[in-house]
Amino acid sequence: MRVGIGLPSGVPGAGGRAIVDWARRADEGPFTSLAVIDRYVYDSYDSLTSLAAAAAVTKRVRLATTIVVGPLRNTATLAKTAATVDALSGGRLVLGLAVGAREDDYRAAGVDYRHRGRILTEQLASLRNLWESGAIGPRPVRRGGPEILVGGLSDQAYLRAARYADGYVHGGGPPRAFGRSADRARAAWRDAGRPGLPQLWGQGYFALGDDAAERGAAYLKEYYAFTGPFAEKIAAGLLATTQSVIQYIRGYEEAGCGELVLLPTIAEPSQLDRLAEVCSSL
Amino acid sequence: MKILVLGGGPGGLYSASLIKKTHPDWDIGLLERNPHDATYGWGVVFSDRTLSSFREADYPSYRDITSKFVVWDTIEVRYRGETIRCGGNVFAGISRKVLLMLLQERCRELGVKLKFLTEVRDVAELKGYDLVIAADGVNSTVRRTWADEFRPSIAMGNSRFTWLGTHKVFDAFTFSFRRNEHGLFQAHIYPNDGLASTFIVQCDPETWRRAGLDRASEAETVAYCERVFAEDLNGEPLLANKSDWLAFPTVSNRSWRHENLVLLGDAAHTADFTVGSGTKMAMEDAIALANAFERYGENVDAALNDYELERRPAVEGIQRAAAESNRYFETTTRYESFEPMQFVYYLLTRSGRISYDELRRRDSSFVDAMDRWFYAATSGTQAPNLRMIAPPPMLAPLHLRDVTLHNRVVAPVATAYAARDGVPDESYTAELRDLTQSGAALVMTDILAIAPEARITSGCSGLYRPEHAAMWSRLIKLVHDHHARIGARLGHAGRRGATRPRGEGLDIPLREDGWPLLAASPIPFIPDGPTPKEMDRADMERVRDQYVRAAQMANEAGFDLLELYFAHGYLVAGFLSPLTNHRRDSYGGSLENRMRYALEILDAVRGVWPESKPLCVALSATDWVKGGSQPEDAVAIVRAMKERGVALFDVLAGQTTLDSQPLYGPYFLTSFSDQIRNEARVATLTSGDLTSTDEVNNIVAAGRADLCVMEPPRLNAHYRMIGLASNGR
Repeated sequence: MRVGIGLPSGVPGAGGRAIVDWARRADEGPFTSLAVIDRYVYDSYDSLTSLAAAAAVTKRVRLATTIVVGPLRNTATLAKTAATVDALSGGRLVLGLAVGAREDDYRAAGVDYRHRGRILTEQLASLRNLWESGAIGPRPVRRGGPEILVGGLSDQAYLRAARYADGYVHGGGPPRAFGRSADRARAAWRDAGRPGLPQLWGQGYFALGDDAAERGAAYLKEYYAFTGPFAEKIAAGLLATTQSVIQYIRGYEEAGCGELVLLPTIAEPSQLDRLAEVCSSL
Repeated sequence: MKILVLGGGPGGLYSASLIKKTHPDWDIGLLERNPHDATYGWGVVFSDRTLSSFREADYPSYRDITSKFVVWDTIEVRYRGETIRCGGNVFAGISRKVLLMLLQERCRELGVKLKFLTEVRDVAELKGYDLVIAADGVNSTVRRTWADEFRPSIAMGNSRFTWLGTHKVFDAFTFSFRRNEHGLFQAHIYPNDGLASTFIVQCDPETWRRAGLDRASEAETVAYCERVFAEDLNGEPLLANKSDWLAFPTVSNRSWRHENLVLLGDAAHTADFTVGSGTKMAMEDAIALANAFERYGENVDAALNDYELERRPAVEGIQRAAAESNRYFETTTRYESFEPMQFVYYLLTRSGRISYDELRRRDSSFVDAMDRWFYAATSGTQAPNLRMIAPPPMLAPLHLRDVTLHNRVVAPVATAYAARDGVPDESYTAELRDLTQSGAALVMTDILAIAPEARITSGCSGLYRPEHAAMWSRLIKLVHDHHARIGARLGHAGRRGATRPRGEGLDIPLREDGWPLLAASPIPFIPDGPTPKEMDRADMERVRDQYVRAAQMANEAGFDLLELYFAHGYLVAGFLSPLTNHRRDSYGGSLENRMRYALEILDAVRGVWPESKPLCVALSATDWVKGGSQPEDAVAIVRAMKERGVALFDVLAGQTTLDSQPLYGPYFLTSFSDQIRNEARVATLTSGDLTSTDEVNNIVAAGRADLCVMEPPRLNAHYRMIGLASNGR
């Protein structure tokens, strides 16, 4: 299993310089990917634009969206931006797409929340076409365009991953929860007659160092306040010790995860250094 | 804090006592509309796991309760004149009345104010409390009053049941199945204490009406049930206690809490009585609620959040198992052809919570006996030769016509799509070699196209040119050299044809080099995709003849089994489903018409495929779309095909249209296989991401399918290291 790190583009107050520096340092290793999450009505950076900045200062890491809420953007914009990041990074983009769960983002984007599933399906059906036909450039580096992952917990999400994508990206939680979703993603993949196995990506939040646990948990409670009671659970799952990070990595590996992305909750470079240290020791 | 508990059942009493214990200064009152010594229903049952949670929550009440328990670890099944017992299932039973008395006593001891014969008539009476715990049962007033907030849904079970009792003491949890002129009756019997047993009688609504029980008085019900279960009762009478016939309501709520109101026990959720979990869930709710208030003190909002988050997943797990159990007891007649050993195995594993390995852990001698019975029954070996050991069901042979498969595992080619003009590349040979070394008795090809324009993708293998037959002969020899058998899947893509190899995705049309498509009706598979031509008579005859020619080639090449792939929305499946067949001729409309073309092909293939070799058909048991084909349609199709000599059905689902709404839970295809196998009495092959020998043993032992596609296990670093996966894919 490979381990990637998130870009602190979703942590309020992170300076522009800090985001770019973080990307540069992540590229120095040991991480295999640099990931972003997506939110409109929040003090966060745009996910794909952040990856474009990261592309300029990295050579090696894959640049992943885990996930970007597809229906918030019209399909042509999404295709154009993704193709641009892909070209700028020499084909390192992995485009994770899902419907998200935040009605306020949909309201802000002027998109009907009730149609989110149908819109995402249509986007998945047409993205490759737009890239391949050359209708919307730049030409993708890889034939067929960037790798696509689908996220979500509904059966329709597993079906979309099996039908249109290269794999599945899970939204986070204990390894057992990932394992249950991974089983369904594989079942859908095989049932669809896709050759081989789907790529399986997982994610989790970390905060390492003195008083990091409280600060990280406070961020998660605020970021996920819209889920009501679940914010507490999400915050309780924060990986705040070396031991819990190692166990999480092992647990995901055993559950069949191919790439695990650990997302920061504090936008300080020492967070990246501490995680790098833990990962190097494995 | 001022707390009001509504309802003096086990959940209400237990939550009041547990909260009072941690917060002695809180003012807790409980209202119950019945007298303190009234109780309906007979006994309640707990598993050993539930008991340990009681021990942790409150030792004094645990000690009192367990002193009144009867404990047993055996399940006994009486069916077709045989009695079979399985051990290792530790349960404890107690009379509901005794349990309530003990919990009332505990409440008084701790200072909970109990008021009986008191009912809340006006919800205004609920004002002035910091917290109201609605443990007011399945017909909860609170839930109904705030229905817009709790958003309850209630699903009624189909079967009828009634709670009776008897002074005959049973020594095990007993299931008795008795058939009379009116139908099948089931009794669920368990001891309450050393003096009496609970005796629940269940039947389907038709049987219930035929027996006149819909009009029967309580005394008539008792007399009737005494006759049906005379052999079980041995002359002891049945006793009634408000014993009406009921249909079971499964209650669930979108939310269990609203402001300072919280639902607990049956008010929040119920699970079919055949898993006996109502009291257990209510008392576990009480523990979780008390724990939440221990943690959050007077922060009611946080505590109720915590309670619901803690309990909901556990409750939903039980409700899923209960739904499986309910389904079993409502369709038991489907399994009445089973031999007793298999019947009992199915009953014990019905809810999906106990697998083959788990049952072996509980009672290895029962599972050993089942293995011996299964092996003897399926191999034709005389049972006396198997007095001690037999292989597990997965390793029992299966005879299909003159072909013997030496175990129940099937391995299909999965990484195809690299063929050119139907001729697979070298990787195909390598994969086949791997599959023959996997241990599976039967290897299946990918779908072989019966003509170039029948291919699904440009990379699909085929069986339409003479050189294809020669190539397959070589590959088949490779499989036979490893003592495995090989089946050919024949198909015509229909409206799903001319797509790109599936590494890139599903149903993506070829940009160039495509070919014209055929289908029952001219409906494209994907929006803006190519429109197929509606098949005319000449097309239908040509395709039929292509099937026949491919079947001949398959036989000559040496395939052991032939599967006609009539599933997943391909050409013939397109005729079968009303969603994709809009024809107005004799091949469209009724199910009989829609299956006509499939049967024509089948008859024609049967004419050239030897009697000695099995013929198999793959079908989608459901379209997973409203208005599409349902499992009942599939059963009818299977019955017609069985008469025409089909030996095995490969039961799949969905992919008929893009609107398919699949459900990918565990055993998601096996439930369809179960229904088709046991309603149409045919052999079936199931699949759906089965990855362990435990699952395969479980499915085959229970008679849910005869063969299983087993996926290679996940290659975990540890196993790789010790080399176990070296032959895996």
